[in-house]
Amino acid sequence: MRHRVCLTVNGKAEEFDVEPRLLLCHLLRAYVGLTGTNIGCDTSQCGSCTVLMDGKAVKSCTVLAVQADGCEVTTIEGLAGADGLHPVQQSFWDNHGLQCGFCTPGMIMTAVEILERNPDASDADVRHGLEGNICRCTGYENIVKSIVAAGTRATS
Amino acid sequence: MGRYVGTSVKRVEDPRFIQGKGRYVANIQFPDMVHVAIKRSPEAHARITRIDTSAAAAMDGVVAVFTGQDFKDGGCGSLPCGWLVPDTKVPDRPIVVTDRVCHVGDSVAVVAARTPYIAADAVEAIEVDYEPLPTVVDARGAMDEGAPLVHAEIEDNVSYHWALGDQEACDKAFAEADEVVEIELVNQRLIPTAMEPRAAAAQWDAAAGEMTVWTTSQNPHPIRLLLSAFTLMIPESKLRVISPDVGGGFGSKIFHYPEEVIVPWVAREVGRPARWVATRTESQMTDSQGRDHVTVAKLAMTSDGTFTGLDVETWANQGAYLSTFAPLIPTALYITLLSGNYKMPGVFGKVHGTLTNTVPVDAYRGAGRPEAAYLVERLVDLAAARLGRDPLELRRQNAIPKEDFPYQTPVAFLYDSGDYDRLMATAADRADYAGMRESQAAARAAGKLRGVGVVCCIEASGPAPSAVAGSLGSAVGFWESGEIRVHPTGQVSVFTGSHSHGQGHETTLAQVAADELGVPIESVEVVHGDTGRINFGMGTYGSRSACVGGSALVRSAEKVRAKVLKLGAHLLEAAEEDVVYDQEAGRVHVKGSPDRGKDFGELAFAAYTAHNMPEGMEPGLNFVSFYDPANFTFPASSHICEVEICSDSWEVRVLRYVAVDDVGKVINPMIVEGQIQGGVVQGVGQALTEIGAYSDDGQLLSGTLLEYAVPRADLLPGIEVDRIETPSPHNPLGVKGAGEMGTIAATPAVANAVLDALAPLGVTHIELPLTPERIWRAVQAAGNGA
Repeated sequence: MRHRVCLTVNGKAEEFDVEPRLLLCHLLRAYVGLTGTNIGCDTSQCGSCTVLMDGKAVKSCTVLAVQADGCEVTTIEGLAGADGLHPVQQSFWDNHGLQCGFCTPGMIMTAVEILERNPDASDADVRHGLEGNICRCTGYENIVKSIVAAGTRATS
Repeated sequence: MGRYVGTSVKRVEDPRFIQGKGRYVANIQFPDMVHVAIKRSPEAHARITRIDTSAAAAMDGVVAVFTGQDFKDGGCGSLPCGWLVPDTKVPDRPIVVTDRVCHVGDSVAVVAARTPYIAADAVEAIEVDYEPLPTVVDARGAMDEGAPLVHAEIEDNVSYHWALGDQEACDKAFAEADEVVEIELVNQRLIPTAMEPRAAAAQWDAAAGEMTVWTTSQNPHPIRLLLSAFTLMIPESKLRVISPDVGGGFGSKIFHYPEEVIVPWVAREVGRPARWVATRTESQMTDSQGRDHVTVAKLAMTSDGTFTGLDVETWANQGAYLSTFAPLIPTALYITLLSGNYKMPGVFGKVHGTLTNTVPVDAYRGAGRPEAAYLVERLVDLAAARLGRDPLELRRQNAIPKEDFPYQTPVAFLYDSGDYDRLMATAADRADYAGMRESQAAARAAGKLRGVGVVCCIEASGPAPSAVAGSLGSAVGFWESGEIRVHPTGQVSVFTGSHSHGQGHETTLAQVAADELGVPIESVEVVHGDTGRINFGMGTYGSRSACVGGSALVRSAEKVRAKVLKLGAHLLEAAEEDVVYDQEAGRVHVKGSPDRGKDFGELAFAAYTAHNMPEGMEPGLNFVSFYDPANFTFPASSHICEVEICSDSWEVRVLRYVAVDDVGKVINPMIVEGQIQGGVVQGVGQALTEIGAYSDDGQLLSGTLLEYAVPRADLLPGIEVDRIETPSPHNPLGVKGAGEMGTIAATPAVANAVLDALAPLGVTHIELPLTPERIWRAVQAAGNGA
């Protein structure tokens, strides 16, 4: 049995013919060809595959492609605008918020949502907000710094 | 000092990662590619009595199914071990087993299919009958009389025994000791857990007889060597191994794994490109794991607290097979570090490498050195408690004084440089150690469980002088290659045999090359991780890339400068001794006349046009160096950690963490700090949350990230990082390894803090990780139960 799903990925509407069990992360990587969304675990623990679905950060390994039918999905590839890097991307670069880069797309997408909800997020707010994302390289120190710096707290 | 080395240059590799353009192996895609999936053993030890692949093979979309016999008949050799101490017994490690599985996760059969989903379905459809055999999982229990044998031909499950040190001096120290403290401890099994699961892809060009393999490796050249000579049997000249962006390694991606053979073999067999990507659970049960020691040790001292001897016996669990460098870790990277940062005449250690029905154990961040540091630093705290001394003061009393360097330890190593007293003084100052102790006293008076942990740790980094490695059992050399190719326009390509999987070599090695040549960093690109582009290299582990790989580049830059200088003199019609190479400006000019000169780009162009060369000079501007280090480098750490334990939940809360490290000269402070911070959190993970646990029948109980608790962002409140610099005297950059110190120091720092907090309750030891349950049990056992 196959299903037709229609979703908007990074602003572009596309239709796919999928198995009901296909995961959103696999749809993005194998069907749309957007390999920026990395897969780090099978159990929704690591958050590497985080994307925005209708503006909410979701782990795309835990969403079926059919559940995303009709949704707007933003991946790491869709974050930078015509005027350059998204402020969170820029802040990760400026603050050495990544090492191997594998968790980075998920971290950045989660960070966008954290700051969307609370632009004035503190160090502790960010540490709490990152509970669903694992980084094995940085010890989180510079990830937290990057996210706080991308919010309003750093300048206020 | 040049323009770039010593400054926090922003990483040049970052733009691709922050935009989702990382080039990981799992992203490699070919239109007609088959997806490989592997049937894994659910049994820790069993005979295979039947494999039926017919249902799987008949499934729509399945291209082929293979068993161990196919790989054997198809010419695949067994996986070799690349480090053999005397009389090592090496069990056969087939690519895919044929008749017997030895650990959960052992490869049993292989599927190639049109999609990953079909491949996974087909794996489920393969029927395997197992006849379970008795299992053994414990490092020391493996040697018990009557313990089940992992491999019938290896008696007592002992792969090797090894010892080092001055036993006579050690015995004398204990005979004459005023005080002796003893400990028995477990350094628990860890699962490295790089965020990128391992993967491999391959493309076979049948017409040319050429194979390209992409693999998540920290060292593609040694993998090509092993593939060529031992496992896949394709000549090196026809085999290209590429490690593109690799998402963390921490040691676990050094080793030669079965899948690196399976995937290219399948690609050739089915005549289509092939790719395999591990699931997390596959990674947890097939990536080589770390640590897993059982140790009994004692420390001898005089009544004034002078350490005189250390006697250590360790049982090191090697798992079911010997992974590529397995015997190295508990021998030459562990026993050799037992002198720590202290003057101790009588150090002696022996180790038994045992085989068990568990995943193979090999290097994991620190590799042997954290095991030594945890042991020594726990013993020193026990000594301080016995003598009623402050643990920091006792460490400073016994630290090797700076005037004693280079310092020969009783366990083979010659420490190159250090100033441990200043290191500890800096940490104490930065942490306000005295203030911490005062607030601890106040907290205790208020009934709180507050503790302070202090450590001083040593590492041997930058392996290794090749002759020394050879004498200790290595099958390979540990030099590094560095090539500098100056293009006619003056642009520079740097080819390094070391490999970055997060360390930032594209930035730091460019800093080195740019300064050495005096060119803008923007004109330097760093190429790594491709046997097709780099002549040879040993890869990255043991915090060696700056010490060894960076030094190779310095040597090549010296050759470039010498040629450019000679060419410049010729073109300026001056004697060679009358011109200088201005390294700041990247320009050759006549001494005293900066205007009479030639820029680097002009000279590069002249070297390629070759219209006017000095007599006998060849055209071109391309040099390669092979740098064999004179010694290891010896970074050191002093970390101070303050914790409080909740007496209701028994959770440990880290209040402050101060890390002061000496990694010699620093190329990029931002990157070094990042390495220290990340290392610290991994070490704290070992102390508080992580354990690779097995049941007695060999089931891995921590096979997903639900059970294997890697630290999350809220585990620490932040890390305060500082450093001192004692340059390494024997490499041209003065650098020491920076990648592992944090991990080595953090585990004992946190453990010491927790046990300090619990001291008033009479608790003197708890096995790691220090989970609330374990702390609660220890408190109850010490007679504090309600």
